[in-house]
Amino acid sequence: MIAADRLGKSYGGSRVLSDVSFTVYEGEFFGIIGPNGSGKSTLLKLLSGVEKADEGSVALGGKTVVAPDGTRSVSGGRPVAEYARKELARFVAVLEQEALPQIGFTVREVAEMGRFPYQNWLGEEPEGADGTIDSILDRLGLAPLADRTLEHLSGGERQRVALAKVMAQEPRLLLLDEPTTYLDIGRQIQLMDSICDWQKRTEGLTVVAVLHDLNLAALYCDRLLLLNRGEAVGIGTPEEILTAERIKAVYGISPVVTAHPATGAPQILLQPESGVKGEQRG
Amino acid sequence: MRRKVVIGGGAALALLLLTVTFSLSTGSANLPPADVWGILLHSLPGADAWLTPHWEVSSEQIVLKIRLPRIALAILIGAMLSVAGAGFQGVLRNPLADPYTLGVASGSAVGAAFLMLTGLSYGLFAQWTVPVVAFATGLLSLALVLRLARVQGRLRMETLLLSGVVLQAFFGSLVSFMVSRSDKVINEIVFWMLGSLALRGWSYSAVLLPYLAAGLIVMMGYARTLNLFALGERQAAHLGVRVERTKVAILVVCTLMTAAAVSVVGIIGFVGMVVPHLIRLLTGPDYRLLIPLSAIGGAVYLLLADTAARTLLAPTEIPIGVVTAFLGAPFFAYLLRRKSRSRG
Repeated sequence: MIAADRLGKSYGGSRVLSDVSFTVYEGEFFGIIGPNGSGKSTLLKLLSGVEKADEGSVALGGKTVVAPDGTRSVSGGRPVAEYARKELARFVAVLEQEALPQIGFTVREVAEMGRFPYQNWLGEEPEGADGTIDSILDRLGLAPLADRTLEHLSGGERQRVALAKVMAQEPRLLLLDEPTTYLDIGRQIQLMDSICDWQKRTEGLTVVAVLHDLNLAALYCDRLLLLNRGEAVGIGTPEEILTAERIKAVYGISPVVTAHPATGAPQILLQPESGVKGEQRG
Repeated sequence: MRRKVVIGGGAALALLLLTVTFSLSTGSANLPPADVWGILLHSLPGADAWLTPHWEVSSEQIVLKIRLPRIALAILIGAMLSVAGAGFQGVLRNPLADPYTLGVASGSAVGAAFLMLTGLSYGLFAQWTVPVVAFATGLLSLALVLRLARVQGRLRMETLLLSGVVLQAFFGSLVSFMVSRSDKVINEIVFWMLGSLALRGWSYSAVLLPYLAAGLIVMMGYARTLNLFALGERQAAHLGVRVERTKVAILVVCTLMTAAAVSVVGIIGFVGMVVPHLIRLLTGPDYRLLIPLSAIGGAVYLLLADTAARTLLAPTEIPIGVVTAFLGAPFFAYLLRRKSRSRG
């Protein structure tokens, strides 16, 4: 689905990304993690085509090839720069960190905006999309809010509307840019579950998520890419990436890493670095 | 959506028709609306067969030769300024934006003021000298603003607004200088800047019509794209909008309309900022509705303002820019208060 080859990007002389290569396979849930300023969001911008890489290339849409010895690779994709803007929007959708602005459009109208890349210049679509929009609103529990305007919704509700819009876009590749940042833990799980559920129902939908929260990343992602100072320092399953040593090396703290009692995914328990509270209490 | 267009559009057109009738019958000579319609219908080809004139010839002269051309101009200018204002507000995502945000008006004013100060005009084209030069300097100011605001191949909206402010200040100083050098008692430049629809014949409307027509078509084509801009530029890009190209196209089209309007009638403020807001308060933010209704709403608003401008203190005229702001500002304030009350 994605073949990123030695990506590099600088802004005003300072290097944000250098020599980042990785592949994402069709149907995967792929996480990108790393500390602040490690280049996660920049990498996502290169994948979505809103920014151009200074070095290297991103090819989208390649097929997964399995060699006789079992190793996988991706081939046959097209460079992201070669897609026309609307064509790209039918292929890639992006769910942003900030909820949608408080505008006067209704929930249904915003969801319908997701159909823009499929419409001709008159705003018509060869096969109508009304059914699609209805079922999306139903599934996300937005049907009762369909005629409310975004001005009257909470941040969490607006983020769900953003997801509805992205679903209406019917992409094959979904990019998430820290979509849970401004949500409470309940809304975080709800949003991630909705995305997971969508991926299960949609053959071949690939998700690439930039995530701040390592525990969420471990719970939802098949594989993780760990970035530090613009370089890839590890790609692998959550178990391989989220080890105490790596976290110490990249984030500079020593948390407790344990297996999730129910799922077995690695989970990180933070602890104060300057003396543990319990000990002080005696 | 279609229902909204039919209802809103129908109501707006009915209002426009009413305003035209009112404006045609009001003035130094008050004519009954029935006569006004008789005269209008009678002027259509082949109307002699079924309509016998029962009004005075002078009424016909007043309606067809004096009031109608002026009304046509008011409709065109009002529509152009309002559509341009809607476009600027949409693409800049700034509620304070109006057609003059990018300094077009002050650019045009520099050209016009220079001609008036020096008294230059060219024989046969005398009537057209000021409009043509004002249009040219208006476009020049747009080019300057776009040049100033382009950073690394991108137009950042904040930079664009600031560039407009800078240029307006600079051109404004030039105009003020020329006003101060002009020794005429009633300063022609000041009056030009306050705008006027008086004494403009059909030929000006004929020149403006293509600008409005082309501008409307382009802006209607971009209506859905402007809706996406409301989500933010990046969201629009993710949905398949070529953001930079769209911004430049809309800014250029709206500026062309504004420059054409300003070059003919001077600077009429407030219409382009307030009418799109009024329509937005009434119908919501959808540009597919906002653009056509702004066109009609702007026409109605400017026509009313011009009727007031020529009748309130007759026989003297009030500069129309004064009327548009004087009537518009309190009404707008009222609507804003009502809206915020209903929300809270």
